[in-house]
Amino acid sequence: MSTPFVSTYLWGDKGSRYLLIVLCLLGVGVPLLNWLPPENSFLHVPTYMVSLLGKYLCFAILALALDLIWGYCGILSLGHGAFFALGGYAMGMYLMRQIGDRGVYGNADLPDFMVFLNWEELPWFWHGFEHFGYALLMVLLVPGVLAFVFGWLAFRSRVSGVYLSIITQALTYALMLAFFRNDMGFGGNNGLTDFKEIIGFDLQATSTRLVLFVLSVLVLMLAFCGARYITASKLGRVLVSVRDAESRTRFLGYRVEHYKLMVFVVSALLAGIAGALYVPQVGIINPSEFNPLNSIEIVIWVAIGGRGTLYGAVLGALLVNYGKTYFTSGIFAEYWLFILGALFVVTTIYLPRGLVGLKEQWANGKLATLFKNTTRAKVAS
Amino acid sequence: MKYFLTCGRLIACWLLAISCYAEDFAGLVKNLNAESFAEKSAAATALYQLDDPRVLPTLKAMQEGNLYWSSESSQPVIGKEVGDKLEIHSCIEQTSLGAVDKSQLEKIKINNGLRRELRGLVAGLELGAKDPAIRQQSARNLIKNPDESLRAPLVAALDQEKNNSIREIMRVALASIDMGSSDAALRKTAVATLADALQPEAIALLEKASAKNETGQYIHEDTEFATSSEAALKAMQAKVDLFKFLENCFFGISLGSVLLLAAIGLAITFGVMGVINMAHGEMIMLGAYTTFAIQQLFPQWMQASILIAIPAAFLVSGGVGVIIERTIIRHLYGRPLETLLATFGVSLFLQQLVRTYRANNVAVVAPDWMSGMWQINGALSLTYNRIYIIVFSVLVLVLLALLLRKTYFGLQMRAVTQNRAMANSMGIRSSWVDALTFGLGSGIAGIAGVALSQITNVGPNMGQQYIIDSFMVVVFGGVGNLLGTLFAALSLGVVNKFLEPFAGAVLGKIMVLIFIILFIQWRPRGLFALKGRFVED
Repeated sequence: MSTPFVSTYLWGDKGSRYLLIVLCLLGVGVPLLNWLPPENSFLHVPTYMVSLLGKYLCFAILALALDLIWGYCGILSLGHGAFFALGGYAMGMYLMRQIGDRGVYGNADLPDFMVFLNWEELPWFWHGFEHFGYALLMVLLVPGVLAFVFGWLAFRSRVSGVYLSIITQALTYALMLAFFRNDMGFGGNNGLTDFKEIIGFDLQATSTRLVLFVLSVLVLMLAFCGARYITASKLGRVLVSVRDAESRTRFLGYRVEHYKLMVFVVSALLAGIAGALYVPQVGIINPSEFNPLNSIEIVIWVAIGGRGTLYGAVLGALLVNYGKTYFTSGIFAEYWLFILGALFVVTTIYLPRGLVGLKEQWANGKLATLFKNTTRAKVAS
Repeated sequence: MKYFLTCGRLIACWLLAISCYAEDFAGLVKNLNAESFAEKSAAATALYQLDDPRVLPTLKAMQEGNLYWSSESSQPVIGKEVGDKLEIHSCIEQTSLGAVDKSQLEKIKINNGLRRELRGLVAGLELGAKDPAIRQQSARNLIKNPDESLRAPLVAALDQEKNNSIREIMRVALASIDMGSSDAALRKTAVATLADALQPEAIALLEKASAKNETGQYIHEDTEFATSSEAALKAMQAKVDLFKFLENCFFGISLGSVLLLAAIGLAITFGVMGVINMAHGEMIMLGAYTTFAIQQLFPQWMQASILIAIPAAFLVSGGVGVIIERTIIRHLYGRPLETLLATFGVSLFLQQLVRTYRANNVAVVAPDWMSGMWQINGALSLTYNRIYIIVFSVLVLVLLALLLRKTYFGLQMRAVTQNRAMANSMGIRSSWVDALTFGLGSGIAGIAGVALSQITNVGPNMGQQYIIDSFMVVVFGGVGNLLGTLFAALSLGVVNKFLEPFAGAVLGKIMVLIFIILFIQWRPRGLFALKGRFVED
């Protein structure tokens, strides 16, 4: 990364600067606050809270991945949860193999659910997952290859707009149905759970959880800088032009499908990494992660935060998930879906640029810009 | 003629009655409690000769050991055990006499010989009963439990029978008795009869007759009989396979018509407005809940509830659709992806709204005329509700096609679909067309909800089950094209049904989804895409 990039696009940009500062503070502060103050202190951050925050950060990485393709390239994927879950399953399989003979049935080779199904030996696709390196490779490879094949097919034949959204939804739906089947060998309904340790460290231990948290912060910061680098480069300019005028970009001589494919695969890799970080912190991965509803929720995080800004996506993911935890655990549990539904509607109509665009929108005379935009868009279509 | 027959029967009865020293049913039925079994048998036979509807229940009760002698009213009564007591029923007046203690009654005893005789008499009566349902049921029972001693009444009944479908069943029943006969000629005709029949019991009988032992020899000593049985079995298997195929087609078409109903509204809104309505599934749900609400409000009109619900659901869902269009979608034209998100928010909202009304699934009652099935033959039977849904979806499709092709509103709608800007400049108020179109699409979803309430569970999540399938249909068939939607829905339904036996329901569905994902690559705008430059962006 050259210096102008850092000074202009990371430090020079207000939102990015604040985000990086906040993430640094989180990465240092939370472990310290968990470690130093005594248990009953006001300042103490309990361990479960560390894992919860870690979970939010994984979602933030996922939101970043989606913003990269939706905010900058106009590809609305309603199936990004699939890449997240595949990364999660790859990590889950490693953690499953780490259990060894400590499962309920005490079988050293087979995970409990396979013993339960009377399977004789490990299916071929489970081989190799006892090695951490191999599992990490798979975390990248499985979502990456799927995104490559899917994107290559879709972009090459110029499937775009709502059609692409619908078939990405079909993709994650098909995967959900598949993973729900016991015969697939991924634990069916219950998924993978009861993990014990990761590369020799006890998953329940506070120190492991802190390390995973700090790792999530670091990955998020790295992913943010990477995404920022992509979007600030010439490549990013082409992506934006594909978003705004795909045909025109094509006529100017750019291979639009190559750009789209590239950013789609990068985004899927990010989602896979987020899933792999998510599983050890949450302790379970099951087919409901493939649910199309989850994928649509990712879109709303990005929309609420503000798409096409990257830091907006991170902000949206953190805020909405905090809100979800807050509301679904309290007396408002029944109203959460009302709130979420209202958020969808209000954001799309009144906050086209999300929360981070609120100030600018206010300065431009509140909602006047919005209506001007819609009329123009209507005439154009 | 009938008069003479009746007279003849009366005379015969009279003659018999004299021989039994009793004039009529009331007298004869008392003789059932005679001392000796011989007298009881004579009384039963005499009763059998009477043409009286009271005879069958009485003899049947006697055969089953439910006939008692009530000394209080000095007549036999039919008892039914209710707890410790017996609920008794007069044989003569056919009235209920209330529940009494067992000690007040005396069971009319029968022995094995008499029981066998009674079974013959009851079967004879049932096979000759006026009600075709009883005749049919009795013949079916005989197929299940062939009894050589009942051959004579069966043959007699077969001679009398006029109803062809019951004749068919009786012939199978006769054949199933003859299969066990010692007469080789009888067995041969029985095999021939069974070969034409399609009842599952007939298959079992033929399988038994052509069974082989470990060395490959026929178990039955009559090899010729066993060979012919085997040949008949093979011929029959082919026929059964054919009917299974037809049945699969029927189920596939019925599934397809459900998909058609669910998707057709989506095809309209998507086609005309380019709007992805994620709340479409919830419009279906609202229609189903409207059916439920109407059944709750007017329990006295249960039989007509579905018919009332159809317009009601159209109005409810259509009204909600118009409201959504006016308040939300109107602001988002030209931004299809944002519309998708906003309508998804609406769908969450509606789901939760319904959940606060009734948290769990609700039970929608099926009216009597929709339940039951149409038994075509032993191997093929179609349920009425599915037939109605197929007919209904075709009706909706035809009406919609007429609306689009023959009315002024349809003309406006097509104009807006094809070229919005041009339609605007020709004086069509496209915003009104949008609102009405969205209302129409949502209203049809509501009607689909009424139909779906008859075949699936009605709950807050029911819309979600159909939304992805509906999208698949629309994308597969091509947007804004009724013919494409029809073709896509039917072919997806049939393909899904035919994949099920090989791959299982879930894997079949996954295969269909993957097929559509790949299909889109080949034809990004669906099978029957509108042609022209306007579809490019």
